Amino acid sequence: MVADPVPLQLAAELFPNGISRYAVGGLLVGLGAVVIYIGTGIPAGASTFLESTLSYVSGQSRFQQYVSSRDWRVVFTLGIILGGLAFAATVQSGVITTSLYQPGTTGELYEVGGVTLWSTDVQAWRLLVGGVFVGIGTRIGKGCTSGHGVCGVGSASKTSLVGVATFLTVAIVTAQIVAALGVSP
Amino acid sequence: MSENRHPLFMPLILVGGLIFGFGLGFSQMARPEVVLNFLQFEDFGLLFVMFGAAIVSGIAFAVMPRIRDSAPLTGDRYERRLKPFDRNVLIGGAIFGVGWGLSGICPGAAYASLGVGNVSILWALAGMFVGAYLQGVWRSKRAAADAAPTGAD
Repeated sequence: MVADPVPLQLAAELFPNGISRYAVGGLLVGLGAVVIYIGTGIPAGASTFLESTLSYVSGQSRFQQYVSSRDWRVVFTLGIILGGLAFAATVQSGVITTSLYQPGTTGELYEVGGVTLWSTDVQAWRLLVGGVFVGIGTRIGKGCTSGHGVCGVGSASKTSLVGVATFLTVAIVTAQIVAALGVSP
Repeated sequence: MSENRHPLFMPLILVGGLIFGFGLGFSQMARPEVVLNFLQFEDFGLLFVMFGAAIVSGIAFAVMPRIRDSAPLTGDRYERRLKPFDRNVLIGGAIFGVGWGLSGICPGAAYASLGVGNVSILWALAGMFVGAYLQGVWRSKRAAADAAPTGAD
């Protein structure tokens, strides 16, 4: 067997699933945000939906500032859910096959009505407790991975660059500690 | 304002969301395991998702304000996403980081995760609403307490 040259070995180590699914997916995420921006001028973020939707059921003053945008934010989120479903019904189900997509081995696949769906193995308590922190932090920190990470970084906003550096660093430390404590997955 | 919206406003938001969600599925960011693998330095692919998306949106943020004054469906001016910096960006970012590192999921990816069939993600979504509610109640109270004595903004 001939050993791969060093750069290829390194790439295989850093990117065991290749880069195409990430790059193509990222371009599509950006394109979705761009479609909305070109049509409406709105740099969309995903986490405001949490507060704007709460304004339907809570009179807290903090949520009322989002009353005027809450309807389209519901539609945006519905679109994201349906987009995920469209992906499941096509690429994940093997109806559309492309060498750009690496299926990987995480989680569990299951089938409903000919559509291949996917479910996580990550424990429920991690999702629930982590979710609470995500809900508090994204709203206090003025944005999440889409608002700060995609639209803010795309705007070369210093606030967003600092925000991304902060949550990325803390997330890495947290995940490494949790893994070191033997929690998996 | 919602009465005056362009008839294509909502359809466009839906189409944008569809592409956005499809991309999150394709990039596997809708899978918490893949995000956790990145945070544990086992697969650095996530960088291509975030920067790939930021580059695409960055082109639009740079180009649109130069070629058009306002967006066709709203009449709003094209502006970049610039938010004022204060301590909250650091505090909130750190709290978000703890949650992201623990769960491997962020809001947009959680919506897409539900779409790819991950019913368990409802735990995370429930947590996100609880968290958003808690900070909302707390900040509403604080805003009221700040405003009451002086009556100022």
